[in-house]
Amino acid sequence: MQEVIAKLEPKVTLQSALDHGLTEEEFERIKKILGRIPTFTELGIFSVMWSEHCSYKNSIGLLKTLPRSGGRLLVGAGEENAGLIDIGDGLAVAFKIESHNHPSAVEPYQGAATGVGGIMRDVFTMGARPIASLNSLRFGSLKNARTRFLFEGVVKGIGDYGNSFGVPTVAGEVYFDESYQDNPLVNAMAVGIVKKEHVASAVAKGSGNKVMIVGSSTGRDGIHGATFASEEISEKSESKRPSVQVGDPFTEKLLLEASLEIIRNGWLVGIQDMGAAGIACSTSEMSAKGKSGMIVDLDKVPLREDGMTAYEIMLSESQERMLCVVKPGCENNVKEVFEKWDLNCEIVGEVTDEPLLKIYREGELKAEIPPFELVLGGGAPVYIRETKEPGYLKSIRSFDFSSLPEAKDLTEVFEKVFSSPNIASKKWVYEQYDSMVRTNTVVGPGCDAAVVYLKDTDKALVMKTDCNGRYVYLNPKEGTKIAVAEAARNIVCSGGVPLGVTNCLNFGNPYKPEIYWQFKQAIEGMGEACRFFDTPVTGGNVSFYNESPNTAVYPTPTIGMVGLIEGLDKITTSFFKNEGDLIYLLGEDFEELGGSEYLKVVHNKVAGDSPKLDLYIEKKLQNSVLGLIEKKIILSAHDISDGGIICAIAECCIINEENPIGAEATIPVKTRKDFSLFSESQSRIIVSINRNNKNEFEEFLKDKKQFFTFIGKTGGNHLKVNDKINIPLNKLIDLYFSTISRIMNV
Amino acid sequence: MGIKFGVVVFPGSNCDHDAYYSLKKVLGYDVSFLWHKNTSLQNCDVIILPGGFSYGDYLRTGSIARFSPIMNSVIEFANSGGYLIGICNGFQILLEAGLLPGVMLKNKSLQFVCKDVYLSTENYNTIFTKEIPDKEVLKVPVAHGEGNYFADEDTLKDLVKNNRIVFKYTSGSGKVDEENNPNGSVMNIAGIINEKGNVLGMMPHPERSCNSVLGKTDGALIFKSLANSILN
Repeated sequence: MQEVIAKLEPKVTLQSALDHGLTEEEFERIKKILGRIPTFTELGIFSVMWSEHCSYKNSIGLLKTLPRSGGRLLVGAGEENAGLIDIGDGLAVAFKIESHNHPSAVEPYQGAATGVGGIMRDVFTMGARPIASLNSLRFGSLKNARTRFLFEGVVKGIGDYGNSFGVPTVAGEVYFDESYQDNPLVNAMAVGIVKKEHVASAVAKGSGNKVMIVGSSTGRDGIHGATFASEEISEKSESKRPSVQVGDPFTEKLLLEASLEIIRNGWLVGIQDMGAAGIACSTSEMSAKGKSGMIVDLDKVPLREDGMTAYEIMLSESQERMLCVVKPGCENNVKEVFEKWDLNCEIVGEVTDEPLLKIYREGELKAEIPPFELVLGGGAPVYIRETKEPGYLKSIRSFDFSSLPEAKDLTEVFEKVFSSPNIASKKWVYEQYDSMVRTNTVVGPGCDAAVVYLKDTDKALVMKTDCNGRYVYLNPKEGTKIAVAEAARNIVCSGGVPLGVTNCLNFGNPYKPEIYWQFKQAIEGMGEACRFFDTPVTGGNVSFYNESPNTAVYPTPTIGMVGLIEGLDKITTSFFKNEGDLIYLLGEDFEELGGSEYLKVVHNKVAGDSPKLDLYIEKKLQNSVLGLIEKKIILSAHDISDGGIICAIAECCIINEENPIGAEATIPVKTRKDFSLFSESQSRIIVSINRNNKNEFEEFLKDKKQFFTFIGKTGGNHLKVNDKINIPLNKLIDLYFSTISRIMNV
Repeated sequence: MGIKFGVVVFPGSNCDHDAYYSLKKVLGYDVSFLWHKNTSLQNCDVIILPGGFSYGDYLRTGSIARFSPIMNSVIEFANSGGYLIGICNGFQILLEAGLLPGVMLKNKSLQFVCKDVYLSTENYNTIFTKEIPDKEVLKVPVAHGEGNYFADEDTLKDLVKNNRIVFKYTSGSGKVDEENNPNGSVMNIAGIINEKGNVLGMMPHPERSCNSVLGKTDGALIFKSLANSILN
């Protein structure tokens, strides 16, 4: 056996391991695995592969408790780069969400852009053509100049990447809250479609099969990005700007076309994209999955810069690259395709039966590691951390709502809530995204969920991201259940049946027991809700360390959900359609103000308990609405969420900005008007129907034992509520659509 | 139907498939993709330069694509009277290639903009607009970062005098004003033709406005006008 040579490489000591973010215990473990002290290159590989970002070492134990199987699931969580669900007719949908929080905190434009690029690669490396992009963003207060800088940069980064790449950005969410001041959250989701026979796998097997690196050249950008993402943001973080990668959507577009072409032609054994931890990650994960090994000669890797060491090449996170294992005899076919698209394509090594990853540079063996020991599910460490219920919960939940002064002028209060940047339209954001390219977008941004139809079929996919971090902060378990339920409700309001979930778990430092408690509770809530709705978790991403010396973010377990519409005539939108239609409320109010937008905007408080969620009631409500849509009885359906019923009705009036329709509504009041109007009780939907369908509608709901209330009629140029509020539609439109642009365009 | 469209595929084109699908599957015409490295136009009657970000638009929108091998054939085709439509990035390429006058600046907002807009037809007597009903505005989306059309005064005078401004941005009721100008284009110009009337450049995407599933079909009128004019 050839000896591992580390000539000229820095000497590895415990201190160098600690500097790489490894613990002493982990360093001992590495020495035991190798039977010697690792070389510097090996230490680098272990440090990125065992970083939180790649190994999920502090989360995987709990993630495994989530429901990860279900009737339509073809590929479960963690098995491939993205989850895969059967949607019939020989088609499958691949989707995943991922965070790019840390890079976006220091370099918002590139951080967000490469977030989009990375998640797109995860989907097309499965052989799926990306058909939609979504996102979920959190920033500090918009009053803060740095927030506006981050917000503007992130939106432009997402737009420039997705627009050029040619995938429509169809839905998303943006929240502003002080807890995200130092740690913005940038979660990007991609959805793709693949014929089942063209699904690709991230596996390396078959001794002698050639390993190819394709796409961009490798540079020094992004070295240690994965490790950087696995620590808290601090003043030092600014100096880590070089850890942020630079995106090139044009090259990614070429890479997409070339990759799909070679996958469709059946020339590959396996393919994996290179994101976090670059060649180190793709070579070890593909080998481990195939229970094989790999010999890689780094001299063959196309480089952007001279003098790059083995360490740098292995850890580079240069974007727009793929690692392919090619079937024997197909090497030239693959090369021709990449030549056609003017992309690099080099054979850099081959697969071996011996399960060892051998890395050469300038004729010397620089690393020799059993790949299984590097990866999640293999030798990577797994920890269950200590938990402790945070002290803040008791005091915050015991908040006495009756102490709140009752507002005299409800109109003024409503205008304040309705124009809060969290409620107001995100038009300023989504008009910067091409939401229509690929000509599949039936319902774009601005409604409850996006609807993207599949050409030459009668099917459409419905998709949405959701999470109210305030609820999760107040009650991690219930708040996470709500995130799942609300995503499902949004999909149902659009006419879809929820299929599955991808999650992006944004939390603080898991080594703090209070944070880990939040995390554990959130996972429990998610598991319970996903099991109940039969929406398996197909995968996702965990982002810890979203905290700074000042504060940790609200725990934000973002849910990305995909649903299916069979029959395009079922597509339903949230806005009122005609004058003289009847408006109904499905579901019941319990005057729940905890964590509400009203409490924050009007009383400047985040307190109380999150609203309660009864899964049975929620499921019944969703079934009722799907039944009504099936019977073509309802003309619109809109979920009641942040801002309460009054904001929901106002949105129904004006979301279709070109053709707004007024309404006159009487909202049932339990104890206080302000509470009833702004309560954020769950499991409620506003629907409108033609008055001729009144009997059929009511009979249907009575039969289903669905709680409902008639609340008014559509028509006129005003929104009138309970004889107290009377606002012209043009005023509503201005408040809703212009608030954010007024703040941003100063 | 006896008429054949060719959609040029540059590296970075991303509306090529949309144009192909709308023309072939929605409107029922014969369509071929034309790879930018080739020079044959495969006997197409109409050439479409589609939207997207050819070559990443890295130097300047459309500036690299115009040097692609196929562009020599396209220019020759246009100069000999062949029908050519440049949509969005395709329009930018036509300007770079000198087939149409003027330039594109960054949008006045300095932001990319994607939304439905309305277009007034300023000249019904072109081969591209014959079937557009009088006084009806067209609902067609825009999606671009650099669609702020600009030309010097003499050029504008010439465009006006010879009825070469084909489309302008308007309100839903046909009002041409600044409020309804999505990008700051001079005179609200959305589309122009060349002197001979066989080359059309427009920033809005008619191929995105053909399929009733997507809620708008006005863009189809442009393709139908052209196809029927050629057939007759």
